[in-house]
Amino acid sequence: MTKTKRFRVLMYIVLTIVSLISVFPLYWMLMASTNKSVDVSRGRMLPGTNFIENWKALFAQQNVKLAMFNSFKFAVILTLCALVICSLAGYGFEIYHDKHKDFVFSILLLGMMVPFVATMIPLFRMFTAVNLQNTTLGFILPTISTPFLIMMFRQNARAFPIDIIEAARIDGLNEVQIFFRMFVPTMKSTYAAAMTITFMNAWNNYLWPKVIMQGEDSLTMPMLVANLTEGYVTDYGVLMLAVLLCSLPTVIIFFLLQKSFAEGITGAVK
Amino acid sequence: MSEANGPKKRKMSLEKRHNLTGWAFLAPATIMIAIMSFWPMIQALILSFQTGKANNLEFGGLTNYIRMFKDKVFMTSLGNTFLYLIIQVPIMLVLALMLAQMLNNKDLRGKGIFRTAIFLPCATSLVSYAIIFRSLFGVDGFINSVLINLGILDKGYNFLGNAFSAKVVIIIALVWRWTGYNMVFYLAGLQNIEYSVYEAAKIDGASPMQTFFKITVPLLKPTIVMTAIMSTNGTLQLFDESVNLTKGGPGQTTLTMSHYIYDTVFKFVPTFGYASAMSFLIFIIVAILAFIQMKVGDKRD
Repeated sequence: MTKTKRFRVLMYIVLTIVSLISVFPLYWMLMASTNKSVDVSRGRMLPGTNFIENWKALFAQQNVKLAMFNSFKFAVILTLCALVICSLAGYGFEIYHDKHKDFVFSILLLGMMVPFVATMIPLFRMFTAVNLQNTTLGFILPTISTPFLIMMFRQNARAFPIDIIEAARIDGLNEVQIFFRMFVPTMKSTYAAAMTITFMNAWNNYLWPKVIMQGEDSLTMPMLVANLTEGYVTDYGVLMLAVLLCSLPTVIIFFLLQKSFAEGITGAVK
Repeated sequence: MSEANGPKKRKMSLEKRHNLTGWAFLAPATIMIAIMSFWPMIQALILSFQTGKANNLEFGGLTNYIRMFKDKVFMTSLGNTFLYLIIQVPIMLVLALMLAQMLNNKDLRGKGIFRTAIFLPCATSLVSYAIIFRSLFGVDGFINSVLINLGILDKGYNFLGNAFSAKVVIIIALVWRWTGYNMVFYLAGLQNIEYSVYEAAKIDGASPMQTFFKITVPLLKPTIVMTAIMSTNGTLQLFDESVNLTKGGPGQTTLTMSHYIYDTVFKFVPTFGYASAMSFLIFIIVAILAFIQMKVGDKRD
C-alpha cells in the first residue's frame, strides 16, 4: 500500500510541475504585456501599470484593427466552408459506403502525407495565374477540404444509428433533409471539435498567407506579430501585447468548446 | 408479374439513387483535395525536373536532384530537421503517453485542471509561441535574468547565438507546444479501453510501469502510430519556429528544410524547379517514414 501511496504523491508532483511549465510562458506573456520593456528584461513577473502605454504604442506602430478583422474574416469563412464540405463527405463515405467509395477514401487518406511545402509552389503559381493573391478565396481554398477532417467526420458517423435514417426515409424525408435535420444536430460535439481544430489552424496559419497574402491590406495577426520582431530593438511589453491579442481568440474558443472537443476526438480515434 | 416486378424495380432504382446521393455528398470534398493537393503534387514533380530562374523554365533532368546533394545549406537543413525529428518526437510522444496514463486514473483529483493546463500551449499560435520562447531565451530575456539573479551567470548568455543551445531551445519549445496536443489523442484512446482492465491489473499486483508497457502501449498502438505519423509529418515541415524563433541562425545551424525552400522561392531569385525538387524529397521522406511506422504498428505480437 505504501508503494502505491508513494507513487500517487509522485504523480501529483509530476502533474503539478508539468502543468506549471505548460502555463508559465503564457503567464509570463500576460504579465509582460502590462510592463515596461526594461522591467520585463529585469525579470519582473507581476502585473505592471504600463498596459495602456503598450496598447497605444502597438496600435500606433501596426494596423491591429485590420489584422484582427482579416484574421477573423478568413478563419470564420474557412471554418464554415470546411465544416459543411468535410462533414458531407464524411457522412457520404460512411452511410453510403461501398467498395468504390472505400477505395476513393483510402486514396484521400494518402493526401495526409502530402506536405504543404511541396504543394505550396505549384499552388502559388496556379493562384497567381488566376489573380487570387490577396483574396479571401486565395487564403481559404487550399485548406477547405482536408483528409483529417473527413476522416474525423466519417469515424464519428459510425456511431450514428442507421435505423434513424431508415425511419426518416419512411417518414418521407429526402437524403439531404436527413443529413441536415437528423445527422447535424446529433453530431454537435463532432462539429465542435472540428470547428476548434479548423478555426485554430486557420487563425494560426502563417506560411500560406506569407506566400499568397503579401499585400499590405491582407495583413493577418500572426504576420503582424512576426513583423514586430523585424526591428533591431524589441519592446517586450508591446510585443507580448501583440502575442496576447493574437492568442486570445483561439484560447477563448478552446475554453468554450473544450468539453465537446474532447468528446469529438474520442469518437475519432475509436 | 408486373405487380411483383414493380416494387423490386423501384427498390433497385432507389438503391441506385442512394448510391448517387452518396457520390454527390462526397464529391465536393474529394474534388477539392484532388485540385488543391494531388494535382499540385504532380505539378511539383514535373517542376522538379525543370531548371531556370522565375518562369523561364526548361527541362533539366535530374540536375536539381544532383544540385540538392551538393548544396551544403540544404544538407545542413536536412540534418537539422532530422535532429529535431529524432530527438523531439520520441521525447514528446513518451511524455504525452505517460501524462495521459496518469490523467486516466479514476482516483485522481483535479484532473480537469491538469488536463486544461497541459493542453493550453496548443491554443497559442505557432508564431506567438515561437516569439514567446525567443523572448524568454533572449540575451536580456527572462531565463537570463533569473540565472543572473541566482548568481549562476555574470551576464546574459546568448542562447540563440550558439548552435547547440539554439537547437536545444527549439526542441524545448516544440515539446512544450505539442505534448498536450498528442496527450489529448491518447486520453481519447484510453476512454475506449475498459477501465476494468486496469483494475484487474492492479488486483493482480502489476506495477504502474508494467501496466504502462503491457496494457496502455499495446492497446493504444493505432493511436500511437497515428500521432507518430502526424508528428513526423509536422516536424519534417517545420517552418514557423525556424523563421520566428531563431531565424535559422546562428548562421544556418537551426535552419529547417521548409524554411530554406521558402527562402529559395520568395527571398532569393525564385528557382521554382530547385525548390520543388527539395520539397519533393520531403514528400518522399514523409511517405517512407509513414510506411515504416504503419508496418511497425501493424505487427501483431
